Amino acid sequence: MTVVNGLSTENELTMVLALSPQSTAPNVVPAAVADLDLWDVHRAMLRVRRFEELAGQSYAAGKVGGFLHLAIGEEAVCVGATSVLAPHDHLLTHYRDHGWALMRGMDAGRCMAELFGKATGVSGGRGGSMHFADAERRMWGGYAIVGGHLTLATGLAWAAKVQEPGTIACVVFGEGASNIGEFHEAANLAATWNLPILFLCENNGFGMGTRSERAAAVPDVARRAAAYGMPAWQVDGMDVHDVVAGMREACAFVRSGEGPAILEAHTYRFRGHSMADPELYRDKQEVEVMKARDPLAGVVSALREIDAARVEEITAEVEREMQAAVEFAETSPFPDLSTLDEGIVARPDGLTRS
Amino acid sequence: MTAVAAPTRTVTIRDALRETLRAEMQRDPRVVLLGEDIGAYGGSYAVTRGLVDEFGSERVRDTPIAESAIVGAAVGAAMGGLRPVAELMTTNFALVAIDQIVNHAAKLRHMFGDQFGAPVVIRMVNGWGQLAATHSQSFDAWFAHVPGLHVVAPSNPADAAGLLRNAMRGEDPVVFIEHSRQYAQKGEAADDPDHVVPFGRARLVRPGRDVTLVAWSYCVPMAEAAADRLAKDGIEAEVLDLRSLRPLDREALVESVRRTHRVVCVEESWRSFGVGAEVAATLQDLAFDELDAPVGRVAAREVPMPYSKPLEAACLPAVDDVVAAVRAQIS
Repeated sequence: MTVVNGLSTENELTMVLALSPQSTAPNVVPAAVADLDLWDVHRAMLRVRRFEELAGQSYAAGKVGGFLHLAIGEEAVCVGATSVLAPHDHLLTHYRDHGWALMRGMDAGRCMAELFGKATGVSGGRGGSMHFADAERRMWGGYAIVGGHLTLATGLAWAAKVQEPGTIACVVFGEGASNIGEFHEAANLAATWNLPILFLCENNGFGMGTRSERAAAVPDVARRAAAYGMPAWQVDGMDVHDVVAGMREACAFVRSGEGPAILEAHTYRFRGHSMADPELYRDKQEVEVMKARDPLAGVVSALREIDAARVEEITAEVEREMQAAVEFAETSPFPDLSTLDEGIVARPDGLTRS
Repeated sequence: MTAVAAPTRTVTIRDALRETLRAEMQRDPRVVLLGEDIGAYGGSYAVTRGLVDEFGSERVRDTPIAESAIVGAAVGAAMGGLRPVAELMTTNFALVAIDQIVNHAAKLRHMFGDQFGAPVVIRMVNGWGQLAATHSQSFDAWFAHVPGLHVVAPSNPADAAGLLRNAMRGEDPVVFIEHSRQYAQKGEAADDPDHVVPFGRARLVRPGRDVTLVAWSYCVPMAEAAADRLAKDGIEAEVLDLRSLRPLDREALVESVRRTHRVVCVEESWRSFGVGAEVAATLQDLAFDELDAPVGRVAAREVPMPYSKPLEAACLPAVDDVVAAVRAQIS
């Protein structure tokens, strides 16, 4: 983990640059997260991985349509980050949102049903892969216009500041979104209004098929924090411990009311941008190298040494849960066509429903 | 058609808007205002003047010049439980917030399976006055095209107050269109602190039997002036104020054409693909046999608005154009 102070010196900036997303340094558990329950972490990451794998298979089988963006390889970020957020914190994410939804406590079966376009889906079959939401859990959704949700998050943070101090908004975005104007508008507003918002950048190195170095003058998103007088943290997103350690510090800062912050997690997706991606823009070798840093692998090998049987139990439990999720999605009905016009506005005359 | 409850008093549209904002802020602590220069400056058209003194800079928030952030933050705050009213200095600047309006505000309720909406009012100002191409536009039809939005545009103080109050108390995003040339226009407004004008109900401004003039916002007084002129020639024009473009009061249009059998729609936007086209299509669909003439359209010339005064005037619809359109139908 690297702390990047928004008002930092040259030395601190040099520190940031030293941490490369391609780093293969061994994972060292920071003392600050020695209390992390690795069994919980392992189960959570495996749930995300298996959900994504089965979603991919269902897509290949023609059960899932549209765009499907899988987070395989990026599990440590959503698992680590959500373990630090409070249930009352607001969360918004980009369109690679399945893992975030699961980690927010949303039911795997209803998530899978959303992919299948079924009435039982988390968004009633209206949203699909990119639009999982659960208002009761304050998971305000996955958003599909790159950067569009960043300013929505400033509004949620504003509401939290006014109505419930101590609650923060966490907005997850890819490094590609940091190049759109919305990022600047949101960051500037958040800092000017001193809003409790954590800008959590999942930097997987590619804006679709364009390497971030070819799209950003300053590819390290954390360094942009200086422009807004915000502090920033940069973590190894392939290491759940580092994610948690960074999140704890960043969230504590934001929760204290001192203003917004950026946390940048360098991660890597093992699959294409979406299912339609032929991956012509990167070397297969690079993917294999990064797979050696699979966020699940390190944790599971450590746990096998402690209790191999329990690892197998968890594997079986997760498999049962995810197979049941697919079964639920398969057997759920499609939305009734008679409901098509419902829920566009509460009432055409603008009056309240109640 | 709504009867304005007595008693009433005479106010300007500007005052009606400000008094409604103030009353709703007093009534509901969740109401917040945000926009460029709405605080100390008092708003570009002075609608919010004085409110920051009464409610403080936390509830009357000046923003950076960043329309996407203004609308985005308003939508997010609405999701989070506040009742924001965002002011966009002019409609033209809504274009840099169009993603927030169309892709976010309008979509949230349906896209996420009706779990939550965006109860936000987005006030914006149409108008012109030698401001040239980028500052003289109205996009009423653009917004009215989008499911998930309410689009309203008052033509008088009573409706300004009633529509704004309905917008502020509702559950969904409202594009609230004002007109820079109308803020000082006076009229009667209801003295009732709960007076609302539900959306989707046109107002019969003036009954007539020969032709219906369909208008809203700034074009309503123009249609009334045209009706006065036509009356001198013995032509009785009915004037219908749509007030709300989405939803559109199609029933009121049909009822009116059953009385008059002729319709001219008056709008300040460009003619092609405009609200007038929707009105014409509606009447063709629902009242084809009632029409004695094709629906007439008086609209702006299809050029980017020029600066020079005579050129600008030639682009805008005027009373003469409305009168001429009616005469062409009746002759």
